[in-house]
Amino acid sequence: MVNILRMTGRYTLSEIRNLGRMFLFLLTSLGHIFIPPFKFRLMLRQIWFFGNKSMLVILLTGSFTGMVLSLQIYFTLRKFGSEALLGPAVALSLIRELGPVLSALMVTGRAGSALTAEIGIMRITEQIDALISMALSPKNYLIVPNLLAALISFPLLCSIFDLIGIYGGYVVAVKLLGMSSGTYFSQMQDFVEMEDIWMGIVKSLSFGLIVSWVSCYKGYTTGYGAKGVSRATTEAVVLSSILILIWDYFIGSVWT
Amino acid sequence: MRKIDIELLVGVFVVLGILALGYISVNLGELEVLGKRGYTVYAEFDRTGGLKPGATVEIAGVKVGRVKEIHLSEDYTAVVALEIDRNVKLQEDAIVSIKTKGLIGEKYIEITPGGSERLLADGDRLRETESAVDLEELISKFVFGKVEGEGGK
Repeated sequence: MVNILRMTGRYTLSEIRNLGRMFLFLLTSLGHIFIPPFKFRLMLRQIWFFGNKSMLVILLTGSFTGMVLSLQIYFTLRKFGSEALLGPAVALSLIRELGPVLSALMVTGRAGSALTAEIGIMRITEQIDALISMALSPKNYLIVPNLLAALISFPLLCSIFDLIGIYGGYVVAVKLLGMSSGTYFSQMQDFVEMEDIWMGIVKSLSFGLIVSWVSCYKGYTTGYGAKGVSRATTEAVVLSSILILIWDYFIGSVWT
Repeated sequence: MRKIDIELLVGVFVVLGILALGYISVNLGELEVLGKRGYTVYAEFDRTGGLKPGATVEIAGVKVGRVKEIHLSEDYTAVVALEIDRNVKLQEDAIVSIKTKGLIGEKYIEITPGGSERLLADGDRLRETESAVDLEELISKFVFGKVEGEGGK
């Protein structure tokens, strides 16, 4: 009985300590953004890693998301005879919700996991310790470029996702379902406000921070051996995805 | 060689992303990049009935501007600022009315051109206004038999 109590207590304490460590990691990393040396070239390489390499995945998922949205919403709207609202419905759900969330989830799966594995292997092969022993800050070399690169590339990927999704929906609505292209686009302009677009940008910025933060943290504090790295990678993907969805609901509910 | 490649590719990615963002904001969000696109006139209404900033302003069904802002005046009427395209001239006695698209659609503003010689300039006020029709009030009047007009019983 005492044993169970002791175990619960230890587990709770260690989880809370983990949480604290994660936040400290984020704060010190954010602080290191303003401390030289600035690794501009590394940041560029990470933008390439996050952005360019995710383009194909974003284009594919974006176009098919738009197409399936268009198809499904059309059949629902037809029951009320208001097919004219198809364009705004597709555009708003893409810009406000699906664009930021789905692009962040795709990038988590593609780049976040690879990032955790990379940093984790650097940790277990003592490359990070080598950096420290050469008096070089591993945060400046490994973490900060990733944070900045994610903050830059996530909103851009999200906008590409939105745009390609809207055009995917257009193809289905106009070519397949026989709507007029004027109805699809003109209504959209009346309904989509600049505020919706800001909301999407704010969301994808925060998702970029979440994904790079969690991935870097999990890699940086990985356990021993190949098992440790594989566990860290899994945890990074699961935790990022959960945080993305929770944070998405949170922003959606506090945004007026 | 390899480094130059990466820079170029990142550049292409960033340009693509910014183009997509720009297209969405300018085309759909109607972000004003090049400052004011038209002139502003004001109209006073007793009741706006759920008119929102950003709603369209139309003449004969053609979009000529949008609602910039709505605020309350000192004598408790709603003052609506309308942004009208520069190449559309409005007469002083044009009639502004708040209408609804369909039965339950969006509110928008319809301007019926007037016949006056004097044209409106930036910051002028339109005097002839027609408030939104309150459908519920109309129905309740009808139910309780207070609708006056042609025919009678």
